Amino acid sequence: MKLYEFMAKEIFKRNGIPVPMGAVFTGVDGVAAFLEKTGSVAIKSQVLSGGRGKAGGIKFATEPQDAISKVQELLASEIKGCQVETVLIEEKVTIERELYLAITVDGSKRQIVLLASVAGGMDIEQVPEEQVIKRFIDITIGLQPYATREITRQMGLKGREAKQTEEVMLKLYQVFRKYDAELVEINPLVVTPSQVLAADGKMTVDDEAAYRFLPEVPYVEEKTAVEKKADELGISYVELDGEVGVMANGAGITMATLDLLQHFGSSARNFMDAGGGSSEKATAAALEILLSTNPKALLINIFGGITRCDDVARAFVQVKNALDLKLPVVIRLVGTNEDLGTAILREQGIESFKSVEEAVTKVISLLNGGGADVHNS
Amino acid sequence: MSIILNETTRIIVQGITGTQGQFHTGQMIAYGSKIVGGVSPSKGGQEVHGVPVYDTVEEALLKQQVDASVIFVPAKLVKDCALEALEAGIKTLVIVTEHVPLHDTLEIMAYAEKQKAEIVGPNTYGLISPGQCKIGIMPNNIFMPGEVGVVARSGTLSYEIVYQLTGAGVGQSSVVGLGGDRVVGMSFIQVLEKFEADPKTKAVVLVGEIGGNAEEKAADYIKSMTKPVVAFLAGKSAPPGKRMGHAGAIIERGKGTFKSKVEALTAAGVSVANLPWEVGPLVKQALAQGSEKVYG
Repeated sequence: MKLYEFMAKEIFKRNGIPVPMGAVFTGVDGVAAFLEKTGSVAIKSQVLSGGRGKAGGIKFATEPQDAISKVQELLASEIKGCQVETVLIEEKVTIERELYLAITVDGSKRQIVLLASVAGGMDIEQVPEEQVIKRFIDITIGLQPYATREITRQMGLKGREAKQTEEVMLKLYQVFRKYDAELVEINPLVVTPSQVLAADGKMTVDDEAAYRFLPEVPYVEEKTAVEKKADELGISYVELDGEVGVMANGAGITMATLDLLQHFGSSARNFMDAGGGSSEKATAAALEILLSTNPKALLINIFGGITRCDDVARAFVQVKNALDLKLPVVIRLVGTNEDLGTAILREQGIESFKSVEEAVTKVISLLNGGGADVHNS
Repeated sequence: MSIILNETTRIIVQGITGTQGQFHTGQMIAYGSKIVGGVSPSKGGQEVHGVPVYDTVEEALLKQQVDASVIFVPAKLVKDCALEALEAGIKTLVIVTEHVPLHDTLEIMAYAEKQKAEIVGPNTYGLISPGQCKIGIMPNNIFMPGEVGVVARSGTLSYEIVYQLTGAGVGQSSVVGLGGDRVVGMSFIQVLEKFEADPKTKAVVLVGEIGGNAEEKAADYIKSMTKPVVAFLAGKSAPPGKRMGHAGAIIERGKGTFKSKVEALTAAGVSVANLPWEVGPLVKQALAQGSEKVYG
């Protein structure tokens, strides 16, 4: 789950990482009063996509009236398709230099990695590799002060700015561990005449650890209504914009099914991994979700391991009878109890396939009007 | 021959009294695996499918000689169980459970390295040496003993590929599921090294997917292999920035794309199948060419 900048900064502040004085607004109430305290400010749209500055999502103001009109303007705008609902107004800070700091996980090394650079304030992907310091952290000892001294030495930082940057690194590592983060990023980490502070903040926390999140971690809705409903059923679902509704079991085989549709000239309406061990009831609920997105056809591709083909077949028959399905449906059933599943479908006049190739080409020919509806055949 | 496990491997099941643990213990025994014990706190003294249950891993090790452990406990208990097995001295650990928190996995991996143990998973169907032994949850009937090693990130997709291989008359020496998470224990390279060293394995099938750079790293190693490798990859049509079911299956910041993986593997001399049913014929072709190279 990605947190908004203001949420990440709230957590940074709570854990001793300096951030600019700021306040969150969803309207213009209190904006003028805030500017009386701060003088010049930055007004920052709170959206989850990157590249917000370039997209016009950050504005500056000195006069209260100007600030109010800019807040109104931002709250009426969209950044990369996302409606701006909140702005963060922060005091303008005096920038001596901009640094980059992030902590994340390197999957291939199976380790935590700290990234640091003196080329802050720009897209880190654009910074030449030799300007980014990578330091792997052994989770059994954590990030120790000596390691941060070596990092600032490599960055060429001296005196006060080195010391304050080291402190931020140590605290950022604590935040990373304490909040089960996948990513914490400060870009830029700004050196001012008196301190270093997080002028921006990004934080992604691990959904699998949601059960132990500290109470100060807010909930951010990233999913569409349909995705959320699927989530509650324990189904992994991603909305796409193609024509065939797909249900399969297992992420890999679902992805491969989507690829096959594309290969044969069609496209998927969704990614739906109904998971292993889905019961009849859960399968019926999953099918109902699929139908709610109005696909032009359905393709069910089940390779039964834990999932039993007869459960899927019974669930399909149940949904079909309850909803009076009109759209073409193709079912492929292989694996645990496939004979039982095939027999249940056949009783209802529904043909199923063993070959994934035949199933995919069949659904496409049905879409193109090249054959009768499967369950009337 | 086979890799990691064979008919003599002695296995314990952590979480043996749970629904999944019980069911799959029965399935593993039915396949011929030597399940010598189970662990389930405060259930010691019971039996599951005739297998003795112990309260702790240490107790199991006092009573039995053990080569490997398989974990079936809920996600939030996995770290405790894995560390317990590792401290007790288990050197091969299979973590079937999915949804393990990332930081827990990182701690398990760091400790496994210290204990010089190998971990398969988390979020894996396990591994199997067809006709001999299996550790995990894969269906028993799709595998066929033979000479082709299979290593995969995804579960049901490896079943699909194995189904295609068996259907084409191509048997398998061992099949290993690495797991779908962002951080997993054993990597493609570690498994490829074992297949390269295994005299029974004549060719390898690598089943990958979008996200991360595991396939690209594997490609680097494959350049040094003497055995032919065929690959199949999923996620060609996946949109960037969306997590496709597996925590690891996501194209982030332009990295981990289908194209990058195909290019790296092709450059390493791997035949990349466009469609799942092309894998069997490509393996047969590679085996035929391989024997020409050696004997021709």
